[in-house]
Amino acid sequence: MSAQTLLGRLALALGVFLIVSPAILFFLWMISLSVKFEVDNAAYPPVFWPEHFAWKNYGDVLSSNRFFTYFKNSLLVTGGATFLAMLVGVPAGYGIARMAAHKSAIVILIARITPGLSYLIPLFLLFQWLGLLGTLWPQIIIHLVVTVPIVIWIMIGYFETTPIELEEAARIDGATRWQVFRHVALPVAKPGLAVAFILAVIFSWNNFVFGIVLAGRETRTLPVAVYNMISFDQLSWGPLAAAALIVTLPVLLLTVFAQRQIVAGLTAGAVKGG
Amino acid sequence: MSTIVEQVSGAASEAAAPERALRPPSYWPFVVPALVTVLAVIIFPWLFTIWMSFQEWKVGSPTTFVGLSNYSRLPADPRFVESVGHTLSYTALSVLLPLVLGTFAAVVFHARFPGRGLLRALFIMPMMATPVAIALVWTMMFHPQLGILNYLLSLAGLPPQLWVFHPGTVIPSLVLVETWQWTPLVMLIVLGGIASLPTEPYESAQIDGASTWQMFRYITLPLIMPFLFIAAMIRAIDAIKSFDIIFAITQGGPGSASETINLYLYSVAFVYYDLGYASAIAVVFFALIVALTALLLWLRRRAQWNALGSDT
Repeated sequence: MSAQTLLGRLALALGVFLIVSPAILFFLWMISLSVKFEVDNAAYPPVFWPEHFAWKNYGDVLSSNRFFTYFKNSLLVTGGATFLAMLVGVPAGYGIARMAAHKSAIVILIARITPGLSYLIPLFLLFQWLGLLGTLWPQIIIHLVVTVPIVIWIMIGYFETTPIELEEAARIDGATRWQVFRHVALPVAKPGLAVAFILAVIFSWNNFVFGIVLAGRETRTLPVAVYNMISFDQLSWGPLAAAALIVTLPVLLLTVFAQRQIVAGLTAGAVKGG
Repeated sequence: MSTIVEQVSGAASEAAAPERALRPPSYWPFVVPALVTVLAVIIFPWLFTIWMSFQEWKVGSPTTFVGLSNYSRLPADPRFVESVGHTLSYTALSVLLPLVLGTFAAVVFHARFPGRGLLRALFIMPMMATPVAIALVWTMMFHPQLGILNYLLSLAGLPPQLWVFHPGTVIPSLVLVETWQWTPLVMLIVLGGIASLPTEPYESAQIDGASTWQMFRYITLPLIMPFLFIAAMIRAIDAIKSFDIIFAITQGGPGSASETINLYLYSVAFVYYDLGYASAIAVVFFALIVALTALLLWLRRRAQWNALGSDT
C-alpha cells in the first residue's frame, strides 16, 4: 500500500468518525442518562458508566398505570391514521398514476408546505362542535393530514414504474378495473406499500403538535405524555431520559431494520427530481 | 418528505409527455375516497382559516366580520415583527449548516468502507427519532451547570456557555439541534445525486493529475448543484415551520428570544384563543413559505440557465 492510499484511508476514517460520532455519542449519552441515579446524573465531571445502574428508572416508567394508557393511545392513533391512509391512499395513488393526473399533486404540495398549526385551528373548532374532543378520533383524523399525502405520494411513484402491459392483458381476459388493481397492480407494488406504511407510521408516531392541542388527560399519545413529564419532574433526569428512550425506541428499531425502505422513500423523489 | 421534489419533477415530466389525452375516466372510483379525505382534512381547514382571518373571534364570544383589520394588526404587533426576524435567522442557519455538513457527509458515505450500512443507519437516526424525545435530552445537555456540553467545552479549554438559557445564544443553540437532526436528509439527497454521476470525468481528471479537492470542486460540486437546490428547498420549508424542537426546549424563550412565527401562532391560537388573529397569522405565514419556495425555485432555474449558457 502506497503512502498516498494509506493517507486517503486515514482521511476517510477520520471523516466517517467526524460525521457519525455526534449521532452515536448522543444516543449513548441518552442511554447513560436513563440508567443513572440522580447522584450520578448531577455529578460533575459527568459520569458515563455508573457504578450502580438505575434500572428502576425503566421500571418506574413502565409500571405507572398511565404509561400503558398513553402507549395504547399512540398505538391506536398511529395505527388508525396509517390504516385509513393506506385504505384511501393506495387506490388513489394507483388512480392518479394511471390517469397521469399530475396536477392533482398540487394539493399534496400544499399539504407538504402548510404548517401543521393552520390545520389545527379549524379542525379544533370542528371537533369541539362535534363533541369529539374527549375521544381519540380528533387525533386519528388530524394525523391523516400527515399520513395521507405520504402514502399517496409514494404510491404514485411506485405505480408509475410498474409495467402496464400486465394490467392490459388482464383487462383483455375480462378482469374488471378493481380486479386488475387487486390482483395485478397491488402485488407488484408490494415494496412501495412497505415504504409508504413505514414512513406513515414513523411520522405519525413522532407527531407532537397535534397532540398538545387536541389531547386531554386520557387521550395523550406518548410524545405528549413525555413532554408533560418535563414540567412535573424537571429535576429527575433518569426517569425522564428512560421515558424519552422508550417513546422513540420503536422508531429507532424501525430505522435500523427498515433502513433500505426509509432511504428509498425519502430520496426517491429527490433523485428523480434532479 | 420528498413531496416537493416529486412535485417539481412531476411538473417537468408532465410538460414533456402529452399522453394525458388517453385519460380513461373509469379510474375515478379509486381516487374518490382520498379526494373526500383531502377535502375534509386539508381543503376545508384552509378555506375555513381564510374565512376566519376576516373575523374577530375569541372563544366564548360571537364572531363579527372585521374585514382586513386582523391583517393590519400584524405590522403594528412588535411580537409578530420580532418573530419574523427570529424565523428568518433560524431558517437561514438551519439551511446553510446542514447543507454544508450534509454534502461533506455524502462525499464520505459515497466511498466504500466496512460497516457502511450500519453506520448510515446510525447516522440517519437523529432524523427519524421522535423530536420531543431528543429535545428533552438536548435540554439536559444544554444545562449550564450539569450539562455535558459545557463539560466538553471545558475539556477543550473553552469558557462555559448559557446555550438556550441566554437570549443571545438561544437561536444558534437551537440551530445546533436542528442541524444535528436534519443533516442526514441533506446527506441522503446529495448521496443520491453523487451516485448518479458519470465516472468518465473523474477518470480523465485523475489522468491529468487532479487532486481530490480539485475533483470535488470542479466536477462533483457543479454536477450536484440541482440536488443541493432541492435539499435547500426541503430544508428551508421544514426549518421555517420548525415547532417541536423549539417548543419542547425553550417554548420560545428566554423571554421571546426564540419565538418564531410558528410558536407565536401557537400562543395566539391556543394560549390567548384569539382565533381570528391567529388565522390571519397562519395565512401570512403560509404566504411567506410559498414566497420562499418560489424564490428558491427561481434561483434554481436561473442557475440552470446560467449553466447552460456557459456550456455553449
